[in-house]
Amino acid sequence: MNILQIANVTKRYSGHTALDDVSLEVPKGSIYGLLGPNGAGKTTLIRVINRITLPDAGSVTFDGRPITDDDIRHIGYLPEERGLYKKMKVGQQAIFFAQLKGLSRRGAIERLKKWFVRFGIEDWWDKKVEDLSKGMAQKVQFITTVVHEPRLLIFDEPFSGFDPINANLLKKEILRLRDNGATVIFSTHNMSSVEEICDHITLINKSHNILSGSVDEVRRRFGENIFEVTYGGDPATLESAVAPMAELLGTTAVSDTPYHTTRLKLNPAATVRQTVAAVNDAIELRSFNEVIPSMNDIFIRAVEGKL
Amino acid sequence: MNKISIIIAREFNERVRKKSFIITTILTPLLMLALMTVPTLIMVFAKGETKHLLVIDESGIIAPGLESNEDIIFEPTDQTLDQVRANTDLFGALWIGKDIVDNPKNVKLYTSSSSSISLESEITSQMERIIENERLKRYDIANLDQIMKDVKVDVSLSAYRTDLAEGEEPTEATSSGLSYVLGFVMGMVLYMFIVIYGSMVMTSVIEEKGSRVLDVLVTSVSPFQLMTGKILGVVSVAATQVVIWAILICGVGAALMSALVPADMMETVRAVEAGTMTSAQAGMDADLISAVSMATNPTQMVMMFVYLLLFLVGGFLFYSALFAAAGSSVDSVQDAQQLQTPIMIPIIVGFFIMMAVFEDPNSTVAFWGSIIPFTSPIVMIARIPSQIPSWQIILSLVLLYASVAAMIWLAARIYRVGILMHGKRPSFKELLSWIRQ
Repeated sequence: MNILQIANVTKRYSGHTALDDVSLEVPKGSIYGLLGPNGAGKTTLIRVINRITLPDAGSVTFDGRPITDDDIRHIGYLPEERGLYKKMKVGQQAIFFAQLKGLSRRGAIERLKKWFVRFGIEDWWDKKVEDLSKGMAQKVQFITTVVHEPRLLIFDEPFSGFDPINANLLKKEILRLRDNGATVIFSTHNMSSVEEICDHITLINKSHNILSGSVDEVRRRFGENIFEVTYGGDPATLESAVAPMAELLGTTAVSDTPYHTTRLKLNPAATVRQTVAAVNDAIELRSFNEVIPSMNDIFIRAVEGKL
Repeated sequence: MNKISIIIAREFNERVRKKSFIITTILTPLLMLALMTVPTLIMVFAKGETKHLLVIDESGIIAPGLESNEDIIFEPTDQTLDQVRANTDLFGALWIGKDIVDNPKNVKLYTSSSSSISLESEITSQMERIIENERLKRYDIANLDQIMKDVKVDVSLSAYRTDLAEGEEPTEATSSGLSYVLGFVMGMVLYMFIVIYGSMVMTSVIEEKGSRVLDVLVTSVSPFQLMTGKILGVVSVAATQVVIWAILICGVGAALMSALVPADMMETVRAVEAGTMTSAQAGMDADLISAVSMATNPTQMVMMFVYLLLFLVGGFLFYSALFAAAGSSVDSVQDAQQLQTPIMIPIIVGFFIMMAVFEDPNSTVAFWGSIIPFTSPIVMIARIPSQIPSWQIILSLVLLYASVAAMIWLAARIYRVGILMHGKRPSFKELLSWIRQ
């Protein structure tokens, strides 16, 4: 079941096309990474989902029905450029945003107090935003995004400006929200966090969707048949043993041990079983692993067109 | 609670709770009062000390007739001019020639320090009076004193209106002097409110855009709700300020004036109000009577404030929509200034037409200026104290509020696109294309 389905969305501005025939599906209860270089069209796509701008062509389906203005209160959006009223008190401001999302004043205060306690920021209620540090303001903004318990959350670079401790706190909260039934769309340039928490990704480049799928599947798809062997023995022995079935990509010594690590790229004809057997005969094998590319590599390769 | 009212509440609370709002609301009437009393105070203290002037009157006619007052004391003397001039302790001397009655130029004033215009005009006017009387005496007219008393006259004009509803008895109209002051003050208040609060709307839109609060807001409310909420919020702040002033002025006016004005004067005023007496019969200045009558009549004051409020709200909404659109399409206050100019021009034109209203409240310029929405709020509020026909006020209000709706619609179309645009300031051509989008 998909909570959000985007079909053939196109958005043109005078002079350029921001989105060209983009389609994607966000499964309910997933954490969905929306990736892409700067200016690729991610923000436009998010604005289309939020109905800030309407697409020139294509459709957006929310929970099985075409999205309406009324559905917007089920969405929480944390924009990349954070914005709070500087002169306004934190508590008043949080109530204001919560009310705009349809909560009653009393309901808003009740829920906000809980969140403030959870984040350990109860003392900030009567402080002005201009007196807070950047990270503190980010926390407040995060709370205003999630307080109305939206079913779909869209976070644009949620971890920027956070120290590792707070980033970790935020990550735990995002996972908790997902476990409570929310779906999270997560736009970021930080690929290690994508590997860590995203289930699915879509990569947008130059207004096109160039890559979609689950994170594991995408990474495997980008695998290049490269393996890493760690072993005890003479590297030269290994090299001669695997030479017929693999190309050698280099050997390094593992520090503080007598072992070496060699990277092999298997020839198309060779099988893993043959190779492991040959390696096992030649040296004392410690480990034999497939090298799965990092999201970072995939991102760079996809964007530079080396698919 | 719907979204527009949440926005209005925020705008209102944030502004009204500010110290600067509370201070200006309370201080402005005090400041105005001070501005009115300061010239009087300056006059009182600028008077300086009484000057002694020796009078050497060779004709013997003038000196007895000169009347000393608190500014100047005339002292006839037998000393010669040279003696007096040698005495530097004296302020000065007035030398009058023998043939002064026939040759009025034969008079000289000597002073040890510079004299003043008021001093000189005091001397000449007193002398003119004495010489005129002397010349009249030459004609040997019997009962001259009696005739002179008879001839002397003070004209006191009582103005009536003839364009009254049937069956209504003409009562003495508000004098044009009071209409002038009232119209001017209300026109100024309106002009200042539109300019000050209008640019407040613009700055606050630019701030929201710059701090990216707008990016968050537009996911919860439509740009139209956002803009309308903001201008309605700010106009309610402006209206609150006017209402507070109205209560202060009406309350203080009614209470203080009744206490300060002597009882017999109040009776006269009431008689004039009722039409049983004219100000001329009462022997009082018509302006004074209408001023007292107005200040002690709460209904009349309240009506004026109601009109002021209606035109203030209409005029403000009309222009603030434009200011909001201008603010939405730029990134900084500096960029906004160029867009602000075309908005300011009609406001300033309205201000100049308001000046023309005081010449003649029913001139063609004044009439059309008070009907066409761009200038109507400022011009009409200045005309209202002159008791213009009510159909004109109603027409003006209807047109104003109809065009407010059109203006908000137009501004919202620019605003909707502008708030999401960052970077280069758009040209007027681009703004037009946003409206058409």
